[in-house]
Amino acid sequence: MFLINCPYCGERDQQEFKAGGEAHIERPKQPTELSDDQWAEYLFMRKNIKGVQFERWNHAHGCRKWFNMARDTSNDEIKAIYKMGEKPPPQ
Amino acid sequence: MTKNLRVKSSEFIDETSRISFKFDGKTYYGFKGDTLASALLASNVHLIGRSFKYHRPRGIMTSGSEEPNAIVQVNPNSNITEPNARATEIEIYEGLEATSQNCWPSVNFDIGGINNFLAPFLPAGFYYKTFMWPKSFWEKYEFFIRHSAGLGKSPTKRDPDIYDHRNIHCDVLVVGAGISGILAAKNAAKNNYKTLLIDEKNELGGSTIFETNENKKINNTFSSEWLKKEISEVKNIKNLEIKTRTSVAAYHQYNYLLARENLTDHLEKKDKKNKIRQRLLKIRAKKVILATGALERPLVFNNNDRPGIMLSSAVKKYIDFYGVACGKKNIFFTNNDSAYESALSLHNKGIKVDAIIDIRENSNAKIIKKINEAGIKIYWSHTIVDTSGYKRLSDISIMKLSNDGMSVIGSKTSISCDCLGIAGGWTPAVHLYTQSGNKLTFDEDRNIFVPKADNSEQICVGSCGGDFELDEIIKNLSNKLKNFLNISQTDFEDISLENDKETSKRNIWLLPSDKPTGKTKPFVDYQNDATAKDIKLALREGFRSIEHVKRYTTTGMGTDQGKLGNMHALGIIADTAGVKMGELGTTTFRPPYTPLTFGTIVGRNVGEFFDTFRRTPMNDWHIKNKAEFENVGQWKRAWYYPIDNETMHQAVQRESKAARKSAGILDASTLGKIDIQGSDASEFLNRVYTNAWSKLAIGKCRYGLMLNEDGMVFDDGVTTRLGENHYIMTTTTGGAANVLSKLEDYLQTEWPELDVYLTSVTDHFATASLCGPNSKKILNKIIPELDLSDENFPHMSFKEVIIDKIKCRIMRISFTGEQSYEINAPASFGEAVWEKCIEAGKEFDITPYGTETMHLLRAEKGFIIVGQDTDGTMTPIDLQMDWIVSKKKYDFIGKRSLYRSDTMKENRKQLVGLLTEDPNIVLEEGAQIVSELNQKPIEMLGHVTSSYFSPNLNKSIALAVVKDGKNMMGKKLFIPMENKNIGVTISNTIFYDEENKRINAKL
Repeated sequence: MFLINCPYCGERDQQEFKAGGEAHIERPKQPTELSDDQWAEYLFMRKNIKGVQFERWNHAHGCRKWFNMARDTSNDEIKAIYKMGEKPPPQ
Repeated sequence: MTKNLRVKSSEFIDETSRISFKFDGKTYYGFKGDTLASALLASNVHLIGRSFKYHRPRGIMTSGSEEPNAIVQVNPNSNITEPNARATEIEIYEGLEATSQNCWPSVNFDIGGINNFLAPFLPAGFYYKTFMWPKSFWEKYEFFIRHSAGLGKSPTKRDPDIYDHRNIHCDVLVVGAGISGILAAKNAAKNNYKTLLIDEKNELGGSTIFETNENKKINNTFSSEWLKKEISEVKNIKNLEIKTRTSVAAYHQYNYLLARENLTDHLEKKDKKNKIRQRLLKIRAKKVILATGALERPLVFNNNDRPGIMLSSAVKKYIDFYGVACGKKNIFFTNNDSAYESALSLHNKGIKVDAIIDIRENSNAKIIKKINEAGIKIYWSHTIVDTSGYKRLSDISIMKLSNDGMSVIGSKTSISCDCLGIAGGWTPAVHLYTQSGNKLTFDEDRNIFVPKADNSEQICVGSCGGDFELDEIIKNLSNKLKNFLNISQTDFEDISLENDKETSKRNIWLLPSDKPTGKTKPFVDYQNDATAKDIKLALREGFRSIEHVKRYTTTGMGTDQGKLGNMHALGIIADTAGVKMGELGTTTFRPPYTPLTFGTIVGRNVGEFFDTFRRTPMNDWHIKNKAEFENVGQWKRAWYYPIDNETMHQAVQRESKAARKSAGILDASTLGKIDIQGSDASEFLNRVYTNAWSKLAIGKCRYGLMLNEDGMVFDDGVTTRLGENHYIMTTTTGGAANVLSKLEDYLQTEWPELDVYLTSVTDHFATASLCGPNSKKILNKIIPELDLSDENFPHMSFKEVIIDKIKCRIMRISFTGEQSYEINAPASFGEAVWEKCIEAGKEFDITPYGTETMHLLRAEKGFIIVGQDTDGTMTPIDLQMDWIVSKKKYDFIGKRSLYRSDTMKENRKQLVGLLTEDPNIVLEEGAQIVSELNQKPIEMLGHVTSSYFSPNLNKSIALAVVKDGKNMMGKKLFIPMENKNIGVTISNTIFYDEENKRINAKL
């Protein structure tokens, strides 16, 4: 059970949060101009890496804000937490 | 037979309070402070149960939670009986009843004992190998396997006890209250850390508390005396909380631990009443100090499992702590010095020790001299090659070990004994440490796995950290604490210590016998009857990974999770396969450390507290009017309102007819409602719905369909424009929370530039849906001043009105095809408005109807229910709802996916209507649809999604999804059921009032 430092509320138990998949996948601005393959890339393709992964999290039972997390999937160490729209920190 | 082996009064046992209890129907006596195990041993009872596979007689092995053999059924005659309780942990109380497990008819005469003689035919993987053929026999085998499987009996009634949960936040958590734990907790608390100290026993002090070894002294007194003073100090430190009888079950990441606090199990029945039995502590600690100690290892030799064979440390605890001798003729068998301490403890209390068998060649520890002085014979370089005695150990046979330890030499000597203490060294109890995600490293010299590294949030101290000698423990503890707690000194760094040093080592994982391995039974996992032979067989059959060998042989898979034998299994694998133990690794230690009852896990969340209920403001009225309820998500919704003895079918048919004939009323309060405001609200709706919203006039309503980005239907509902920049959206009952989350997600992450604010107002409004040809007349009676003409208040529009000073919103929208008004009142006035409608509707026979009738009426009109007629694989096109997908809009969620090659395929499953050839047959929802009855394999074209008997059409109607259904209008298909094939015809999805005349008709 993680202890997550919500950038708006502070440290809270993981049960207050919802994971939202890979971060930094921007919705295409002009979807209709994409080929099936390009659209499928956006829609379906997700990384599943051993190591530091960037993820979206939502403080669902708190402030309901979305934010980003850099988490090492091999040991669940949370490397960084940063707000939506911010760039991921350098490794 | 029962002879009292209580030899000396112990300070831990209150001999003034005699307690009677029953074991296997016979009454015994013990004292306050005894465990079931110590009290039975005092009565010379060793035989406690039968082993799992071979039904071999087994006795008490240990004195703690690692016990593999002495597991009993508590309160066997009650329907809330508890299986697999460890006799070594059960504190006796007046009236305690326990029985043996896994034996029939009794532990003394057990039919299953025949398995012991069948053992050569029951090798590892026996069940996998034997019962696989012939395949058709499986059901017959299964009956017998199930009958003989399992250890104890499960309770049959619901658990009447009270359980509780508590959250604890602390600076420092110390697990284990032995000497290391006590000193760690004391120094943490004294340095202003809010500290929690937990121990599974009822007494603090671990094994040091009864240590009277003259070779182990602190400040020139017995270590036990010194520790007692420390404990009395520790008990009075303000910011130190102590929890005894509390076992840490799990250690998760980020220092989150679960512990079970046992509050009443040791009390007699009358004192347990109305008290919380166990409490689950959910602990979040800033720092954790693991002082969980070490578990003594057995030795693996032929027939090492007989009742009377115990761990040497257990023999010591029973004599020193409980004042109980485990036998009258005692022998020890060891590979280290600790057995000598146990032997001396017995000797000092006047109990005869006949011999010590030591596999080492010698030892120069000081204690050896004392043993010699006591006249106890030591057999150096010897091993036990066999034991005898069926229900109690009677003799052992010993032989001299060869130099390499692989074989025995010389002649066999037999010695009679009734208790054998075995000492195979110590294994640090690193279970919790590894659960937390940390790694172990193998110490080749001492043959132990030790924690790899400490960090700033967690340390392992004492023997859990690999320090076994008192001076090492104290010195390393002090240094570790200074670093970990960031303090300049500890209050015990200057104490003077005196202890024996162990210098001589010899470790043999599988001790040789004069018989070949195949003819011996050296048990590795006692509870599951896994022997060294089984492990070797698994290796011969090609298993290499320790995890595979474990599962194939079931080593370490009992209720004790292999706390004693896992290391031997690893050692035997390493020796046999010729690899290093460090490279093999260990099996994964999983929570819980000791078994946990379900009651503790669920705590108070039972019965009506199992889940949260949501009730509408009209709930009391529904109850008064005898509604049956159904669960929709967390909501309790009125399902139907039976009159007199009506069945559900009769009630729904009556309600459905009444709603179309005159008037009906439905509680629609549960629909999700989201208030949407902001200057970009219209643009936002354009992006989330498939249809266009910019041109919706203020005061008008529109139905919208929401897709996922993959183009599949996600939710639907009517949204009303209340003002220029103000909308109220309704969602399905079940989808409300997900819709809000999804909208918030897009607003926060994809379109933060939009000026839109979302507020869930589901609970703020109660909704009464008035429908039927007379609904207009009823509403007119309630609000005479409102012009209800179709010109002023047309279908799909909204009015704000005052009903009895209550501000209400009325939407003229319809889910039934009838003229219909949804009256939204502030929740606290919901029931009043509802009753007003009922009152006004009396002259029109207004009929309250529930969700079942609502479903039927909408099916007559072919309106979909998201989640019933759709399942996350249906696009609007599949639903034949092309009309709602805007061609003009540049983009909306899911738009691009509607043009993927897959979603554009002609032969996707599509929503169609179904009519049965026999109009009286109502199809089963979920039934499969086929076109060819004789085809094999038969192709399933789709399934029925909604099915009802329509009283208004007087025939059965259904909706279904069928492959290429759109092109099959009028086609005959079949629904094969168990006893018959039902003929059906594909039809339009709208069965009733296809022209939609009733919405506006003056009826």
